[in-house]
Amino acid sequence: MKKFSISSIFAQLLLIVFVFVWIAPTFGLFISSLRDKDVLAISGWWTSFTTTDVNEIYRTKGMEAQIEEDGYFIIKDKVFEEGSGKVISRFGITSKNIDEFMVGEIAVFKDGSEISIDEKGNYFWRSKEKFTKKKGKRIFVSATSPPIFTLDNYKEVLLREGLGQAFINTFAVAIPSTLIPLIICSFFAYSLTWMRFFGRDLLLATVIAALVVPLQMSLIPILSIYNDIGALFGVAAKSFPGIWMAHTGFGLASTTFLLWNFLKSLPNEMMEAARVDGATHYDTFMKIVVPLSIPAFASIFILQFLWVWNDLLVGLVFLDKHPSEIILTAKLKELLGSRGENWEILTTGAFISMSVPLLIFFSLQRYFIRGLVAGSVKG
Amino acid sequence: MADVNLNKIKKSYDKTEVVHGVDLEIKSGEFVVFVGPSGCGKSTLLRMIAGLEEITEGEISIGGEVVNNVISAERGVAMVFQSYALYPHMTVFENMSFALKQAKAPKDEIQQRVTEAAKILQIENLFERLPKQLSGGQRQRVAIGRAIVRDPKVFLFDEPLSNLDAALRIQTRIEIAKLHSQLTATMIYVTHDQVEAMTLADRIVVLNQGIIEQIGTPIELYNSPKNQFVAEFIGSPKMNIIDVKKDTNHNLKIINAPGQTSKIGVRPEHLFITPEGETKIKGNVRHIENLGEHLLCYINIGGENEITAKLDVSSSASLNQDINLGWVSENTHFFNSTGISIS
Repeated sequence: MKKFSISSIFAQLLLIVFVFVWIAPTFGLFISSLRDKDVLAISGWWTSFTTTDVNEIYRTKGMEAQIEEDGYFIIKDKVFEEGSGKVISRFGITSKNIDEFMVGEIAVFKDGSEISIDEKGNYFWRSKEKFTKKKGKRIFVSATSPPIFTLDNYKEVLLREGLGQAFINTFAVAIPSTLIPLIICSFFAYSLTWMRFFGRDLLLATVIAALVVPLQMSLIPILSIYNDIGALFGVAAKSFPGIWMAHTGFGLASTTFLLWNFLKSLPNEMMEAARVDGATHYDTFMKIVVPLSIPAFASIFILQFLWVWNDLLVGLVFLDKHPSEIILTAKLKELLGSRGENWEILTTGAFISMSVPLLIFFSLQRYFIRGLVAGSVKG
Repeated sequence: MADVNLNKIKKSYDKTEVVHGVDLEIKSGEFVVFVGPSGCGKSTLLRMIAGLEEITEGEISIGGEVVNNVISAERGVAMVFQSYALYPHMTVFENMSFALKQAKAPKDEIQQRVTEAAKILQIENLFERLPKQLSGGQRQRVAIGRAIVRDPKVFLFDEPLSNLDAALRIQTRIEIAKLHSQLTATMIYVTHDQVEAMTLADRIVVLNQGIIEQIGTPIELYNSPKNQFVAEFIGSPKMNIIDVKKDTNHNLKIINAPGQTSKIGVRPEHLFITPEGETKIKGNVRHIENLGEHLLCYINIGGENEITAKLDVSSSASLNQDINLGWVSENTHFFNSTGISIS
């Protein structure tokens, strides 16, 4: 029987609150990025699912559009684009009284010409006199508008604002910056766990000590060393290999520590069995430890990848702002300055940068959960 | 098939010596069981033979060759571990063939040897399974199979039955005994369970605190233990030790003053209820366990001293009643004040 204690109810409520706090802005961002930029500017994303009332002003066509028929001069057109889905309920012909007439009624201008409009926005304007003005008359319509979603923002942001290139750049940074430390650290953690050598404990203590060194402290010294090395070989200090090394270095301690934690939970007797079976340390690592560590690798891959993907500071320090090098977070920051008014660009850009972590998390989450609890239960 | 010689083997961790100079000759094809309480150094000894622990001092030779500096894979030994130590991501076949693959044996030879080993253990139908899909008994068979496949000179068993339930333990014990007669290989087996030791061993090595207390066949250890420790360790329930003193008439008198006195030992199964006149020891029954085939009576003989008697179910022992016990004189074991056997 499941117990419903106060604390479990409280925990459930807290969970719901957290889920809501997390989901609501994400979802809002997603919806906003799909909305028309004009609508986005005037109403919140939560209004986009229902039909909204809009008041619009439309100017009819002028004298060039008139045709003569049965002794009347007629101008016919429609106020909305084809397939807009808007439905007109009322209309007016003066700014003082914009919803004076029902759809289907006939409104009479001061010059005696008559205009009527149907729900779909087709209007019919006739006069006994010939129309002489180039400009048409203003008509005011009150209509209900159905929700509209569009991918235009994505096209705009990815192709014209350069976010597409930044997206690719970020991958170019993140994938090597995740795989390199993972490969190095798995060997390192194995040696720390299962090999006996002089100074092993000291090395482990160093790794743990390195965990507490803040990244900000070492950014500038490392860059200046890069500059010197770059000058020595005549290459730019700021480059992809540079940032790969930087991320590798910064991730080394935590990745090693997590893997060490996992590897030491592997049963000792299994390792010894491999030794008696004639496996060298390398064989043991490749044939036994690696296949058994896949969940741990996956969870560390997620952690490191997300960290690198969301990183701004290291990216700003170790990469130039050329379009060919700039990473997504830096690009977004730049857009925030130059296009801060254009919400459609910012929401879309933000959602693009979120999409990859979300995708990775959801596709690898079963490894993630298994990885975090790995070693706690005897398998 | 090879003999194993241990020559003054010592083992220390940092400065603590845990094995204090063990000398042992194991003949080719012999089944030797190391037995002793936990922490007595029996597993350490086995692991030194396997090459999993360094030897601090002394020499181990297998088949006449000193193996101190030979890696375990090349010592010609195979080990069966307590926790089976199977590779969880490999199928049974892969588990059993791992060592041969490491040795780069040809494929058809691997196939043939694995199949042969599987036939002996009747696990041929499990080849494609993963260890997690096997029961405990099946896992231990695969672990034994993995050892057989390597065709080792010496089999090493490190408490292989501890993780099995009682019924399987007996079954597997019998299978190991059969295996030994089938393979005629040298086997060294570590256990803390003296029943396993008694039933399996050609010779038992009783270890205590890093030294050998006694080496001998099971019957030798049972009938003539060298000291109090062996006497108490071999046999279940353990031997009763009673403090005695010679009185002026050179008759032994039972007293309850441990330490400075001599002791006699009598096994619980050798005790029986006697009429008043022939009584050797008197006591009060404090607890009775009825095991169906016999009764185990825990009897207070004064002070805090308690002895155990294994009595017939039909005997008249009843709870909180005084009881008169006796035994045949040949079944008495004598020990001096330091616990050494005197005959």
